[in-house]
Amino acid sequence: MDAKTLYENLRKIQEPKGYYFNKDMEMTLPLLESLLTNKERHGYMACPCRLANGELEADKDIICPCVYREEDVKEYGACFCALYVSKEYNDGTIEKQYVPERRPPEKILF
Amino acid sequence: MDDIKVYALSTCIHCRNAKKYLDECGVKYNCVHVDELSGDERKEIVQQIKDLNPAVSFPTIVIKDTVVVGYHKDKIDKALEKEGIK
Repeated sequence: MDAKTLYENLRKIQEPKGYYFNKDMEMTLPLLESLLTNKERHGYMACPCRLANGELEADKDIICPCVYREEDVKEYGACFCALYVSKEYNDGTIEKQYVPERRPPEKILF
Repeated sequence: MDDIKVYALSTCIHCRNAKKYLDECGVKYNCVHVDELSGDERKEIVQQIKDLNPAVSFPTIVIKDTVVVGYHKDKIDKALEKEGIK
């Protein structure tokens, strides 16, 4: 699968839930490519902007879409990677800010 | 080269953008891709990052004595100026 196919597949699932891909494709396409890289590396699409442990059980919270996405998009309009954003973020009606890490560092085991 | 160290992930877009920005600034840096390390080396580097940035998030950029967490052009600029690099 390539990044564009992944984009189309996920878009259909995520948009009805209120999560949109960042319209900045210079962010979104490399992030989707990185998700595919992590799928090859680990067997699952671990968050590209976090240090994965490499074991499914230990990385469950950061398999994209991560468990932190909901709160981050609610608070900042974007997830930690800024792959998924709110409609307002893409429309430019909210200020774009850097999303601080919400994952507890204790989750990094290896 | 040893003045600036970037702890990054090879898959992370914020890390990639930060490195690109440092390149544009014309400064040299040493980059470690933590996701490509394993075993003791990885443990050692993760501990180093924890001491600098307890959240262990990426990129963690060390500009001499200043630590910049995340990709913030303004913070990178300030640190480069403060440390007399730019």
